[in-house]
Amino acid sequence: MPSTIKVEIKRQATPDAASTTEKFEVPYRPNMNITSLLGEIALNPTTISGQATTPISYDSNCLEEICGSCAMLINGKARMACSALVDKLRTGDEPITLAPLSKFPVVRDLAVDRSVLFQNLKAVKAWVPIDGTYDLGAGPRQIPQIQEQRYPLSNCISCTICMEVCPQFNDSTNFVGAATIAQVKLFNMDPAGSVLKEERLRALAGDGGIQECGFAQNCVEACPKQLPLTEAISDMSRDVIVQGVKDLFTR
Amino acid sequence: MAASPRIIVVGGGLAGLAAVIKIAEAGGTVDLFSIVPVKRSHSVCAQGGINAAKDLKGEGDSVLKHFDDTVYGGDFLANQTPVKNMTAQGPAIIDLLDRMGVPFNRTPEGLLDFRRFGGTLYQRTAFAGATTGQQLLYALDEQVRRHESEGKVTKYEGWEFLSAILDSKGACRGIVALDLRTMETRTFPADAIIVCTGGNGAIFGKSTNSVVCTGSAQSALYQQGAFYANGEFIQVHPTAIPGEDKLRLMSESARGEGGRVWVPRDRNDKRVARSIPEADRYYFLEERYPKYGNLVPRDIATREIFKIVYEDNMGIDGQPMVYLDLTHLPKERLHKLEGILEIYEKFVGDDPREVPMKIFPGMHYTMGGLWVDFNQQTNIPGVFAAGEADYSIHGANRLGANSLLSCIYGGFVAGPQAIAYAKALPKQEGDGGHAAELQRQKEKNQALLSSTGTENPFKIWRELGETMTKHATIVRYNAGLDEADAKLVELLDRYKNINLSDKSQWANTSFAFTRNLYNMLELGRVIVQGARLRDESRGAHYKPDFPDRNDEKFLKTTKAAFVGGAPEITYEDVDISHIKPRPRVYTST
Repeated sequence: MPSTIKVEIKRQATPDAASTTEKFEVPYRPNMNITSLLGEIALNPTTISGQATTPISYDSNCLEEICGSCAMLINGKARMACSALVDKLRTGDEPITLAPLSKFPVVRDLAVDRSVLFQNLKAVKAWVPIDGTYDLGAGPRQIPQIQEQRYPLSNCISCTICMEVCPQFNDSTNFVGAATIAQVKLFNMDPAGSVLKEERLRALAGDGGIQECGFAQNCVEACPKQLPLTEAISDMSRDVIVQGVKDLFTR
Repeated sequence: MAASPRIIVVGGGLAGLAAVIKIAEAGGTVDLFSIVPVKRSHSVCAQGGINAAKDLKGEGDSVLKHFDDTVYGGDFLANQTPVKNMTAQGPAIIDLLDRMGVPFNRTPEGLLDFRRFGGTLYQRTAFAGATTGQQLLYALDEQVRRHESEGKVTKYEGWEFLSAILDSKGACRGIVALDLRTMETRTFPADAIIVCTGGNGAIFGKSTNSVVCTGSAQSALYQQGAFYANGEFIQVHPTAIPGEDKLRLMSESARGEGGRVWVPRDRNDKRVARSIPEADRYYFLEERYPKYGNLVPRDIATREIFKIVYEDNMGIDGQPMVYLDLTHLPKERLHKLEGILEIYEKFVGDDPREVPMKIFPGMHYTMGGLWVDFNQQTNIPGVFAAGEADYSIHGANRLGANSLLSCIYGGFVAGPQAIAYAKALPKQEGDGGHAAELQRQKEKNQALLSSTGTENPFKIWRELGETMTKHATIVRYNAGLDEADAKLVELLDRYKNINLSDKSQWANTSFAFTRNLYNMLELGRVIVQGARLRDESRGAHYKPDFPDRNDEKFLKTTKAAFVGGAPEITYEDVDISHIKPRPRVYTST
C-alpha cells in the first residue's frame, strides 16, 4: 500500500462563485474513511503543489451513517462520506474524487442546502396529530407485522441521496422525491396518523407529485439505509389515484 | 411581566425538542437554535432503548424499583427527588411516544416489547430495533415541525449559540448567536432560555459523540457565571468500535439480547475466535458477576475490560480489544439488533452474525453538566438546562437507556418552568445588556480573525483529546491529573498564538471550531480539577490510590465556578431524602 492517498476535491467558495478543483495528497492510515481524510486536510491545509489553502467545508455530525449529514459525490457516486472507506475506494494510483451533490444549491465546497426535503415533509404533514402531550394512556395496540412494515420506512435519514440520483428530480418537474413519498406511507399506516391520510394523498397529487416518478429505480439502489422506496412509491401511487377518483365524485 | 413570553431553546436533540413541544402546547412562542438541522442532532445516535417501569412482562417491576436502580447505579451521587419524579413519569412518557407513532417493537399481542439493560434485573427497556434514539428524535422532530407549520416555533438551524445576554441584575435577556453560513453575529431577545446542547465528547478527541458535542455552550455559560457540576463524572462505554475518526458505539442492547463478552483463557491462543471451544473462553463478566453477568453497570464493565487488557494482559492478540459475541444468538434476536450490526459490518468489514465483534471502551457520556435546581434552572436567573447538558439524574454513573428518558423528562420540566419564570419577569431596563454582550462577542471574533500566530487549532484539539483520554477517563491518578491540568494551561497559552488558515466570512467551519476549542479547553480544566480533588472512587470516577467510596467526605455534588480565569471548586450536599445510601455491590449472587 502506498503511504499517501491522492484526492481531488471540487471546491466553491460561495454559492455564486465559480467552482475549482484542488488536489491533495494525504498520509494514508488503514481503515480511513472520507471524513477522516477531510480531517487530515484540515490539520494541514496544503495542496499537492504545496500551496496553502483552507480546510474543506462539508456537513458532518454523527460519523456513523445515522444523522444523514455527509452525503456527497464520491468517485462520482452519491453516498455518505462517513461510511465510504478509503481502502475500498482506491483503484491503483487514481485519485479519489469528491464533489458536492449536484442537484442542491452549493453552500460552500461539499456542503449543500437540502432544506427542500424538510419543506416537503411539512407539505405532506409527516406527523401524527396527537391531542396533546399529557398522559392519555397507552396508544393503540399494533400487531408486530405493522411495526415490521413501518420501521424500515422510519429509518430514512433525510440524506437526500434518493433525490440526487433520481432523473425526475429537477427544476422542470419539481418532483417531490422518494423520501417524502415513503414518509407519507409511514404516517398513513399509523393507526392515529391515518387521520390525515386524505390530505397527504392530495398533497402528493398535482404538480411535482407522485405521478412524476419515472420508475428508474435509482433511488432504491442508492439508498444507504435500504428503504423499500419503490414499493412505497407504487403503494402511494395507487392510493393517490383511488383518492383522486373519490374526490372526483364527492367534492 | 411579559404578556406573551418569548423563550429561546438552544439545541434540537430530544431535550430541546421536548421543551419546545411543551412551550408551543402551552401557547408560548419559541425560537429554536441548532448548529445542525434538528433532525441530525446527536440523540439520533442512541441505540438500545428507553427505560420505563411499565411491567408488561409480569416480573413485578415498579416505578420505585426503577428509582432505586437508578440511584444505586449512580452510586448515590444524584439528587433523589428529580430521579423519583423522572422514573414516576417514565410510563406516561413511553405511552406518549407510542401515540406519536414511534415504531416500537411489539409483542405478539400487540403490546410494547421490553428488553433488559445494564444495572437492572428487569426487562424495562422499550426499543425500536437498535435505533431507538433515531426513532424518538424523529417523533419529536415531527411534532415540532407540526408546531412550526402553525407558526408557534421559529427554527434557526445553522446558528451556533455564543453566549447569554445578562442584564444589570444578572438575569438572562437573550442570546448572542453566530450564523454559520453568513458568519453574522447577532443578538436575539428572550425572557428565558433553555440550554439543551448535549454532551462534551469532543474534549476527549475521539468519543462516541457526534461532531457538534463540544460542550462549548455549557462552557460559555460557566465562564459567564453558571455553576458546572460533577464535571469529573465521565461515562466510558464498555463496548465501542475503535476507529480512525471516532469510537462507534455498540449498544448495550447487544448484551441485553444475550451478547457475551469474553477473551481466550490463554493469552497466547491464536485460534480463530469461533474455533475456540467454550472451555477455553473466559467469560470474565459472567464469572465475576454471576447475578448481573454481562449486564453489570457500564462503569464496572468498562473497568473489568480495562483490567483484562492492561493488568491481566489478556486482550485479543495482545491488542486493547475483547470479544463481544453475538454469533450464538437466534435469528429473531439478531433481527432486533439490525441497526448496530450494520454499523459494525460497514465500518469494520466483518459480519457480527458470523464473527465475534472486537470492542474496547470509549468515552460516551457526561453525567456532569450545568448545575440546575429541581426546576431545571441554573444559578443564572432565566437560564434553564436539560438533557445531557445538565448534571441531574445520573449521579456518578448513568444506567443504559436512562438518557433518553432523562432528556425528555428534563425538557418537559424546563419548558413549563421557563414559561412560569418568564411570566413573572420584570420588564427589562434599557437594552438589557444586548449591546455590551454583542460587542464582547464581536471582539472575540475580531481577535481570532486578526490573529497572526502559528498554532493550528486542529493540532491543539488533538493534543487536548490525547491528554484528556489518557488522564481523565477510566483510571485516574493525581499525578496524571496534575499533568493534564498543566497541559491544558499550556494549550490555553498556545491558543493565544492561533493561526486561522481560513479567514473568509462565509460558511467558515474552522472559525466556528476554533471558537469552540477555547471553550473546550476551559471546560477540560473543570473536569480535570474536579477529578483531582475527589480523592475517592465512586461510579465512573475511579482512583486506584483511593479505591473506596468515601461518603463522609464526598457524598457531595462538585460545583465549579469560573473565578479569576480558573475553576473554583466547592461542594454541596446531595438530596438523599428517599433512599439511604448503602454500599454498591454487584458481585453477590
